[in-house]
Amino acid sequence: MRIPTILTCLMTIAFLLAASCGGGGQEGGIIRIDGSSTVFPITEAVAEEFQKENPARVTIGVSGTGGGFKKFCSGETAITGASRPIKPTEIELCGGHGVDYIELPVAYDGIAVVVHPDNDWVDHLTVEELKVLWQPEAQTKVVRWSQVRQGWPDEEIHLFGPGVDSGTFDYFTKAIVGEEHASRGDFTSSEDDNVLVQGISTDGLALGFFGYAYYAENSGKLRLMPVDDGDEGNGAGPIAASPTTVADGTYQPLSRPIFIYVDKGAAERAEVQAFVDFYLRNATVLVEEVGYIALPKRAYDLVSERFTNRVTGSLFAGSGSKVGVTVEDLLGGT
Amino acid sequence: MAEPRSTAKGTAAEAVALISNAARARTNGPSAPLRERLIEVGLRGCGLLSIFTTASIILVLAIETFAFFREVTLAQFLFDTQWTPLFVDKHFGIWPLVSGTVLTTGIAILVALPFGLLAAIYLSEFAGQGVRRLLKPALEMLAGIPTIVYGYFALVFMTPILQAVIPGLAGFNSLSAGMIMGIMVIPMISSLAEDALYAVPNSVREGAYALGATRLSTIFRVVVPAAVSGIAASVILAVSRAIGETMIVAIAAGQQPRLTLDPRVPVETMTAYIVQVSMGDTPTGTLEYRSIFVVGATLFVMTFTMNFVSQRLTRRYRSAV
Repeated sequence: MRIPTILTCLMTIAFLLAASCGGGGQEGGIIRIDGSSTVFPITEAVAEEFQKENPARVTIGVSGTGGGFKKFCSGETAITGASRPIKPTEIELCGGHGVDYIELPVAYDGIAVVVHPDNDWVDHLTVEELKVLWQPEAQTKVVRWSQVRQGWPDEEIHLFGPGVDSGTFDYFTKAIVGEEHASRGDFTSSEDDNVLVQGISTDGLALGFFGYAYYAENSGKLRLMPVDDGDEGNGAGPIAASPTTVADGTYQPLSRPIFIYVDKGAAERAEVQAFVDFYLRNATVLVEEVGYIALPKRAYDLVSERFTNRVTGSLFAGSGSKVGVTVEDLLGGT
Repeated sequence: MAEPRSTAKGTAAEAVALISNAARARTNGPSAPLRERLIEVGLRGCGLLSIFTTASIILVLAIETFAFFREVTLAQFLFDTQWTPLFVDKHFGIWPLVSGTVLTTGIAILVALPFGLLAAIYLSEFAGQGVRRLLKPALEMLAGIPTIVYGYFALVFMTPILQAVIPGLAGFNSLSAGMIMGIMVIPMISSLAEDALYAVPNSVREGAYALGATRLSTIFRVVVPAAVSGIAASVILAVSRAIGETMIVAIAAGQQPRLTLDPRVPVETMTAYIVQVSMGDTPTGTLEYRSIFVVGATLFVMTFTMNFVSQRLTRRYRSAV
C-alpha cells in the first residue's frame, strides 16, 4: 500500500512540475485556445461536447482576433480563433517564433443590417448609404433619415451597433467605411448584442447591425435590410443576408468565413489532433446550433483533408478576405 | 400621538444614563481590563477601515484623472458638447453624460418627491399605529429590491406601457428609467422626511390649532415648513442616490451620450458609461481606460457635494428641533 501511495504522490508532483514548467500549450491534457469573440461560441460548443467523451481539458480565452494571434504566434496557445484571415504582420510574428500554422475555415458569418418592423420606407440600403451613415464625418451631422436618401422621412435616425472591442464592429467598419475602427461615435453602442436587438425592436426610427446569428434568433421582431454593394459580379441588386447568400458569397461585403488556426507543432499532440478532428466532424451541427452558417459538407471534407495533410500557410496569402470566393473554391484550388 | 413621544423621551433618558456609565468606565484608564481595550482597538479599526477605503478610492481616482488631463485639456473636457472617447473622432466633453444623469435624476425626483413627501405626511400625521406598522416596512421594502430587477422592470414593463401613451418614445429612454428610479428612492424620502415631521414638537401643532387652523393648514403651513431642512436633506440624499444609480439606467436608459433634455430618446448617464467601458476589454493605461476614472471622479465630486450639503442641513434641523 505504502509504496504505491508514495509513487502516486511522486507522479503527481512530477506531473504538476511538468505542467507548470512545460510552457504554454505543451502540457499534457490541456488544450489552450484563445482568439476571436465571434468564433468563441462555436469553439465553446465544440469543446463542451468534446470534453464529455474525452479526458482532455480545453480552456478558451477571448482576446479578440488580434490578441489571439499575438499569443498564438508566441507559442502560448495551441489553437486560436480568427474572424478574419491572418495579417502579414502576424505571419511575420509567427515566423519569428518558428510557429507553423494550419488555417482551417470553420463557418461563415454574415453581419445583418436591420430596422424596426414598422419601418415602411426603407426597402434596401446601398453600401454607399451605409457609409454616409456610419463614417466618422457623419458624427452629429447625419442625424435624419432624409439625409440618407431623398424621399425618406424627415425624422431622427437612431443608430445601434456593437461595441468598439467587438470583431463585428471591426469588420463592419472595414467593409463599409474602408478602415477598421473608423466610425461615428454618436450611436447606442453595446458589447451585448441582446441590448441592440431590444433597442431596435422597440424603436420605430432605429437602424443597426450585428452578427447574423442574433437576427436569426429574433427575426420576428426585426426587419432585415437587403444590402446592395453595386457590384454585379457577385449578384445583382440588393441582397439580404441568409444562409444561402452568405455561403455562396453573394451577400457582400458583409459576410466572411471565420477560422481556427492550429499550431502545427501542437497538432502532433494526440489530444489536439483529436479535438480538431472532432471540431470538423461536428461543425455542421454545432455551427448552426449557435446561429452561424455552416460550410457545405464538401468544404468540411476539404478542410479535414487540409488538416490531415498538415497544409500550413494561409489561403489568403496575407492579402485579406477575398470577396465572392467560397471556401470550397479556395480549398479546391490547393 | 403623545404617548409614543413620551416613550421616546424615556428611552432617550435611559440611553443617556447608559452612555454616562460607559464614559465613567472609560475614565478608569489603564486599569480597565485588556478585553475592553481590545474591543476598543477593534472598533477603531473598523472605523478607520472605511476612512482608509475612501482615501484609497480618492487616491486612485486622482492619479488616473491626473493622467487623463495630461492628454486632454480641461477646456476640451468642459467646453465640448460631444463625448466620444472610444471612437475615431474623439471628443471629451463631459456634458452629454452629465445631462443624461441630470435628466434621469430629475425625473426620478419629480416622481419621488411628491409620493415620498405625501407618504411621509400621511405616516406622521394621519396614520394610526396599526397602519404605520404595516405601511412603513412595506415602503422600505422598495429600497430592498435589487436595482437590476428595477432595470428590467423599466425596460420590459414600464417602457411598453409608456409607448402606448407617448408616440415616438424610443425603447431606451430616460423617462421610463427615471420614473422607476423615482420609485426606488421613494423610501429614502418618505422615511427621512417622516422622521423630520415626526420630530416637530406637538406644541407647535397645538399652537396652530389654538389659532383656529384646520388640520390641513396646520400640516402644510406649520408642520412641513418646520421640518423643511430635514425634508430637504432627505431629498438631497435621494438625489445623490439617483445620481450614483447604475443598473437601472444602464439597462433602460440606453447607451448613447447625447446632450439633450428630451426624455423620449436614449441617453447615457455617467454610471452607464463606466459600465459600458468596463464590459469591453479596454486595455489598462489607455486614454479610453482613464476616461472612466475621470467620469468616476466627476460623479464622486457631485455626490460628495450632495452628501455634504445634506449633512449640513440635517445638522441644522437637529439643532432647530
